[in-house]
Amino acid sequence: MATDIPPPVQGPTAKERKYDRQLRLWGATGQMALENSHILLINSGPGVVGVETLKNLVLPGVGHFTIQDSAIVSEADLGVNFFLEEEHLGGYRAEHTCNLLKELNPDVEGHFVTEPIEAFIDEPDALQPYTLILVTAPIRPEILTILSEHASNALVPLFYIHSVGFYSHFSIHLPPAFPIVDTHPDPETTTRDIRLLKPWPELLQFARAKTEGLDTMDADDHGHIPYIALLLYFLEKWKEEHEGQPPLNYKEKTAFREMVAKAARSLEGGEENFDEAVAAVLKSLNDPEPSSAVKGLFKEPECLLVKQDSPAFWVIAHAVALFYQKHGVLPLPGSVPDMKARSKDYIELQNIYKAKARKDMAEVLESVRFLERTTMRETPIEERDVETFCKNAAHIKLVRGRPFHVVQAGEKVQWGDRAKSLAQSLAFPDSLLPLYIAFLAFDEFVATHNKNALGGAPKMPGEDHVEVDTEKVAGIAFKILTDLIAEGNTPLEEEDFSTVETKLGEYVKELVRAGGAELHNISAFTGGLVSQEVIKIITEQYIPVDNTCIFDGVRSKTAVIQV
Amino acid sequence: MAEATSGAGVSESRARWKYLDNILHRPGPFTDEEWTPGEPQIETLSRAKILVIGAGGLGCEILKNLALSGFKDIHVIDMDTIDVSNLNRQFLFRHADVGKYKAEVAARFVEKRVKGVKITPYCGKIQDKDEEYYMQFALIVCGLDSIEARRWINATVVGMVDMQNPDSMKPLVDGGTEGLKGQARVIFPTMTSCIECQLDMHAPRAAVPLCTLATIPRQPQHCIEWAHIIAWEEERKDITLDSDDPEHITWLYQKALKRAQEFNIPGVTYSMTQGVVKNIIPAIASTNAIIAASCCNEVFKILTNTNPFLGYPGTDNYMMYTGDESIYTYTFEHMRKPDCPVCSEENLARPLQVDANSTLQEFLDGLAERPESQLKKPSIRSEEKSLYYQFPPDLEQQTRPNLMKKLSELLSDGEEVAITDPAFPLQFKYKLVFKKG
Repeated sequence: MATDIPPPVQGPTAKERKYDRQLRLWGATGQMALENSHILLINSGPGVVGVETLKNLVLPGVGHFTIQDSAIVSEADLGVNFFLEEEHLGGYRAEHTCNLLKELNPDVEGHFVTEPIEAFIDEPDALQPYTLILVTAPIRPEILTILSEHASNALVPLFYIHSVGFYSHFSIHLPPAFPIVDTHPDPETTTRDIRLLKPWPELLQFARAKTEGLDTMDADDHGHIPYIALLLYFLEKWKEEHEGQPPLNYKEKTAFREMVAKAARSLEGGEENFDEAVAAVLKSLNDPEPSSAVKGLFKEPECLLVKQDSPAFWVIAHAVALFYQKHGVLPLPGSVPDMKARSKDYIELQNIYKAKARKDMAEVLESVRFLERTTMRETPIEERDVETFCKNAAHIKLVRGRPFHVVQAGEKVQWGDRAKSLAQSLAFPDSLLPLYIAFLAFDEFVATHNKNALGGAPKMPGEDHVEVDTEKVAGIAFKILTDLIAEGNTPLEEEDFSTVETKLGEYVKELVRAGGAELHNISAFTGGLVSQEVIKIITEQYIPVDNTCIFDGVRSKTAVIQV
Repeated sequence: MAEATSGAGVSESRARWKYLDNILHRPGPFTDEEWTPGEPQIETLSRAKILVIGAGGLGCEILKNLALSGFKDIHVIDMDTIDVSNLNRQFLFRHADVGKYKAEVAARFVEKRVKGVKITPYCGKIQDKDEEYYMQFALIVCGLDSIEARRWINATVVGMVDMQNPDSMKPLVDGGTEGLKGQARVIFPTMTSCIECQLDMHAPRAAVPLCTLATIPRQPQHCIEWAHIIAWEEERKDITLDSDDPEHITWLYQKALKRAQEFNIPGVTYSMTQGVVKNIIPAIASTNAIIAASCCNEVFKILTNTNPFLGYPGTDNYMMYTGDESIYTYTFEHMRKPDCPVCSEENLARPLQVDANSTLQEFLDGLAERPESQLKKPSIRSEEKSLYYQFPPDLEQQTRPNLMKKLSELLSDGEEVAITDPAFPLQFKYKLVFKKG
């Protein structure tokens, strides 16, 4: 047996073993991005949702985190915050939550700031070290305004989070251009671009070689022709009978499918490769036309005008747009689905696709190099980035970040270009927009109420007087509602309006019922959502929320809206 | 603070529940008119005995959430020990805990952190326990990664329902995650759609045919499966494959790599080998946090009636979650299946079209892949006779020849068959209709 033991191989490192389950999602590059980030949490109120968010970032190994929180640990914290213990009573909440979070992962550096937010934010460059900022309600509008301006100027993503009773909300302020190349499209719902309607000579040659003498082929060969070759063969036949046109509409495709199905030999169990061909007809016989989102990308100003300091993304996008103008298709992604075939044939087919993808990529790369020269770019764009872009071109996503609402006392809430579509959505039965409005009203109440006359911590509705506060918040909320309808210039039917009004009234009531309390479950849920979005933004993978998410824990529903 | 420590007994102990008490003491716009706020709800929270099944990614979160929802008497079952790859999300465990029982470590940790909660661990299988054990709980929450365990507990709680005894109906709250996706659902046994009714929502992945592995591999995964299923059996059949043994994985990896090189197939890695052999599902803290919290939010609402909950008959009972493209949830009412082999009263036979020329073996193999059955060790009998039994050995031997016979030789068109599987305390009935033509 001793001779049977194989020589030792380089197994996974300790880190790879610990992070195995997440590396299978975002890979080594995503992990590296996470480890290079520094998250700031500006904490307030009961202070749970932010800490729960950090928990889900410390575990997968974010580089650094800092908690700013001037609160002192009270008895009430122990009933809702998992990262505090009895012996911390009377100490700084920032310090103790930070220490218990650090226990979760020795690879993560945690820091804390106990000075009040007003003083902290007043120091020059106070926000400079952070790559992403989380801020939780309640917070004074002056502070939120400063943070929002910092997000706009420094291009740092900013999250604003509420968790109150059974409800929660968060909005994300992303940089004005936030492109994602690696969007991880779902392989089960997205169709792969295999170019059946636009084959290139090498692919056609392969198909002809594999289908030569189809009718007289022996059974084993016949049953192992890759379905791509089968479909290309039958397309040629179809075109001969239809003035050179492939099947275009549903009816023709069904007829074509019939033609392929009939050509299968009648054997017990059928022929798997023919089954695969038949199944692929409706999905794969489409013009590889880019989505409107991708075509829209080509018309964005940053894409049209490439400058010396343009981000690499836009230079590559411009080069890909040129490729599309010239060829009418995007660069080939180069992957082939698995199919019944002999190993050798499949590998040959795979290589044909890969070679074509490399050729397309080389053409795009040449354009990139040309653009670099004409714009006198200083550092060359990495070839690897061009390759990734080409591979994912069909699924690239651009998010246009913008500031979220900062409710100022006595000022009208403005909805701008989103007013019309949002006002129209109010009457939808599942709309959670009224809940968002209730949160805005909550913020206006906070902006105008203090815990004591000397201007201490902001006071939340329902802390002491439920009925009075409910009335106040409802009054503010109804005004925001009517202002939105007026701004959007889309009056609602009387019946719809009264339904929306009732809903809004109920949301306000339930919100004030909590008296600013966080429920651990709702904060844990929201902390899960927020941490997931933080990870997507830091790793620049998957597609983040654009730009506001609302959770109704009474009915267990979420909604994403653009405000 | 001074008030909290010097106050009367009750207010002293409630100081830490200040936030929760806002909800427990105040009615809301959606609470029932009959609902009494305050004491009765606090009483319920301290008395209700809750069972948590699973102390892994979801289980750790569930235990924390229940303790901070005010529950005082929690039990937890898990048979597993802690592995280093759990540490990226199972936050009650530290590096020094690797190798210890999950249920034990998790229970001690939460008890230490949240004063006043009692957590009773059981390190073993759910199948070790009987109805009497399950009867003591007010509600059961599952955070499992196995469909089989879910089906077992589901069939058990449905079987426990005694119409004369309302206490025998144990609500089942179930969470599941995979990567950035997941679901949370509530089952009121015999009143709402059960896990067996919903089985087709979790269709198994089709297995790669053996002949592909043996003769025409095309993907790196095919080479790994070959090493796993064929090469190991040929060369090391005296050693039981342990997917946690690095030497075993290394052996499979090298075998697979060599085979891949023979066929010019790129892409076999150690990590992929591990993933295929152990059937690893990606898992992260954030998705677990979302699904576990959703489950516990429903538990809290069900037991305190502080708001409407999922699973009330005739309303939504299922929340589906997807996080890879923005955030999307779909909350809906999954309807009961009138022919559900677990919760339907009549246990009607499901009609199933079969090829009369296929063998009994082929039919039984198909049951493993059918989304609504997913049976791995089925035994089958017709109205007349035993067709194939896995146990006991002499009956197995006696019925084995039937496996090669055609269905038409064993059954008449439209005949009913009953199928059992040792993994589940239930019987599946099918009416086998022969395909025409």
